Amino acid sequence: MSMELTLKIWRQAGPTAKGELVTYEVKDISPDMSFLEMLDVLNEQLIAQGTEPIAFDSDCREGICGMCGLMISGEAHGPERTTTCQLHMRSFRSGETITIEPWRANAFPVIRDLVVDRSAFDRIIQSGGYISVNTGAAPEAHSVPVPKEKADRAFDSAKCIGCGACVAACPNASGMLFLGAKVTHLGELPQGQPERGGRVVKMLETHDLEGFGGCTNIGECAAACPKEIPLDVISTLNADLRQAARGAL
Amino acid sequence: MWTQHKFDNALVNPANRRKLDVIIVGTGLAGASAAATMGEAGYNVKSFFYQDSARRAHSIAAQGGINAAKNYNDDGDSTYRLFYDTVKGGDYRSRETNVYRLSEVSANIIDQCVAQGVPFAREYGGLLDNRSFGGVQVARTFYAAGQTGQQLLIGAYQAMERQVAKGTVTEYSRHEMLEVVLVDGVARGIIARDMVTGEIETHLADVVVLASGGYGNVFFLSTNAMGCNVTAAWRAHRKGAYFGNPCYTQIHPTCIPVSGDHQSKLTLMSESLRNDGRIWVPKRAEDCDKDPREIPEEDRDYYLERIYPAFGNLVPRDIASRQAKNMCDEGRGVGPLVDEVDADGNKRQMRRGVYLDFAAAIERLGEAAVKEKYGNLFDMYARITGEDPYKVPMRIYPAVHYTMGGLWVDYDLQTSIPGLYAVGEANFSDHGANRLGASSLMQCLADGYFVLPNTIRSYLAKGPFEKIDEDHPAVVEAKASVTERIEKFLSINGERSVDSFHRELGNIMWEYCGMERTDEGLRKAIGLIRDLKQEFWTNVRVLGEADTLNQSLEKAGRVADFLELGELMCIDALHRRESCGGHFRAESQTEDGEALRHDDEFAYVAAWEFGGDGAPVLHKEDLNYKFIELKQRSYK
Repeated sequence: MSMELTLKIWRQAGPTAKGELVTYEVKDISPDMSFLEMLDVLNEQLIAQGTEPIAFDSDCREGICGMCGLMISGEAHGPERTTTCQLHMRSFRSGETITIEPWRANAFPVIRDLVVDRSAFDRIIQSGGYISVNTGAAPEAHSVPVPKEKADRAFDSAKCIGCGACVAACPNASGMLFLGAKVTHLGELPQGQPERGGRVVKMLETHDLEGFGGCTNIGECAAACPKEIPLDVISTLNADLRQAARGAL
Repeated sequence: MWTQHKFDNALVNPANRRKLDVIIVGTGLAGASAAATMGEAGYNVKSFFYQDSARRAHSIAAQGGINAAKNYNDDGDSTYRLFYDTVKGGDYRSRETNVYRLSEVSANIIDQCVAQGVPFAREYGGLLDNRSFGGVQVARTFYAAGQTGQQLLIGAYQAMERQVAKGTVTEYSRHEMLEVVLVDGVARGIIARDMVTGEIETHLADVVVLASGGYGNVFFLSTNAMGCNVTAAWRAHRKGAYFGNPCYTQIHPTCIPVSGDHQSKLTLMSESLRNDGRIWVPKRAEDCDKDPREIPEEDRDYYLERIYPAFGNLVPRDIASRQAKNMCDEGRGVGPLVDEVDADGNKRQMRRGVYLDFAAAIERLGEAAVKEKYGNLFDMYARITGEDPYKVPMRIYPAVHYTMGGLWVDYDLQTSIPGLYAVGEANFSDHGANRLGASSLMQCLADGYFVLPNTIRSYLAKGPFEKIDEDHPAVVEAKASVTERIEKFLSINGERSVDSFHRELGNIMWEYCGMERTDEGLRKAIGLIRDLKQEFWTNVRVLGEADTLNQSLEKAGRVADFLELGELMCIDALHRRESCGGHFRAESQTEDGEALRHDDEFAYVAAWEFGGDGAPVLHKEDLNYKFIELKQRSYK
């Protein structure tokens, strides 16, 4: 059983060039292919025709590095709740038209075609998304027990892969789910307490400076998150922020 | 020895450190941890990586865990036992001193990561949980669900980003190192391409560290990320760095089988699944296309439990992989028939899969407990195959996963080029001919956090070295060679895409330099690769320009280097007329089909020197075992 599809793909030659949707047809697509393998097939076809292939990011192709990310017919990472690389063609019907665009957000400018610049996320982490401990300065691991519930919530928040789907899905292009995930991950752990108040304030400042929008609790971010980071990390972030403002953290 | 060696290494005065420039290529566990630690010490670090963010390096995909000799379970573990297990697991082809050091620092890694906020799995009492892994009989593996690599890498990445904020580390994202700059035989910098603008940049420094990962992608299909490549290491090799044991490749037993010829990569299912899953094939070939749930117990062959009663499903990776291949070669594989070409070039159809069955574990522990332990892996399997592993046994087959070979380094992790170091998977050092599960994360973080920052001191204490500028003839020559090569790729304008060459190279490597190697096959492969290389340089089609983001151009450079590496791997595999670990020569096996070493002839590291247009030159580093007695490995 093979599929035929019509693809409308965003092509943009460079950061300042004007982009447009270009239509391509693909045939002989297996339902077992991943979405990106379908694009590989298209690219081989384009190269054979002498047309430059479509630029898109991907690396691990197993859903963990966070490098891939496409708006697929208006949904971040497409119709399933997973990363673009783990989306398979069995989620589509033969004959369908699929629109493929890059993440759209002021904080993520387009570099070429479907490739965007997400370095704003790195700068958010640089402003406080860590625990300050130099190599060699660590105490014995078992000297501080961590209650399992706290360790588990820290882990669930730390699953964020930094793909940016939350920002792309948000009508405000807010990065609050990304931010909340990091604040919760480090804030749940005893090791993260000393810097807890400063961390949330500094990271939020950077978030706003980078041009991400504000959060109005729409929840599209959590619905699009391939790692199922829950919306309540934003509540945790807000709670930390209030406490920090009162000087209680 | 390590304690004494650290003491003997010269110190660098803190005021001098900021005058010393350190280039680190790659931000996986080894590169990121080294960058963070060197930055904390006050050196001026420049970090290069091809991804858009340092957090994405492929260490992130490691699933199962990280070993450390903490002995938290009081089950007889110790530094010495971890050392012993690692040397034995590597089939006595690793350097004893390096491995002992690795075991010594392993416990510090866990302390460091916990302090950084890495959320390891914990018991209800709040203490860290452990599990066991292949090739050992103690539980010493620390883990964070099936995402241990991700959590460790995020820890190292955050430590590194903290240094970026402090100004000690400068990041160069979407940059690919394309050449190493040598001045009077000493590494003094790199030539890198800005992958967004296409600009060819010169970066000079006092020392260069390669943390650029392994070269499993020479097989095209592997569990590596799409971008993993050998270019940084290979460029260094061409400039004089010896390449150690290039043929030692780890084929991982528990991967999701190939589904068709569109396949772009293979996905690993953590080896930790072998703790609770049971591996089997039907006893009779005619049962192979039946629904596995309808095959009764007595018609199933739990072959690992049968052949290796002591270790059962937890035998080391090389053994588990080869036995899976044997079962399928016998015609008892499961899953769809796939087209393949046999060693004589004939087309045939084979089933390439064995069952990994959780029915017994689900019955014993309950579905919820299995879900808690392996949920993300089961989800991933379901996503890729469209089958529900809670109901139907998974199908698995071996795939290329890790390369034990790499740049030859001394005890200080310095390559044969002064001033050029290699850490993590990029070096050859600690795993011998086979790596044990959960040991790569350990080695990468040992190298980056604790070993390199201590050994590199004795080199840097001699600096800062004489300043060189960008119009030094050696720099100009290196930069010109990079530009020339790029122009060449873009001007060939042939008929075939880069990927088509890569795929063909991968087929050759898998067939002749994969799980089983023969004299005849390897000689054939060398000829095929040479022909393919020649065709590549006359018939590849790379469209687009040099001065923009151009992914075909990036791939062309990588595949050109893989073609040269592939030949060297076959040459190394051909010369090593013994079987050891992941290197199985059909001519050298015991009566019951196990790897047969020849310690009298081959107890050495094969360090190859680049031979230019001629043959590569072999240098032997003898392996002298002072503490561990060389034995035939047995897991029965």
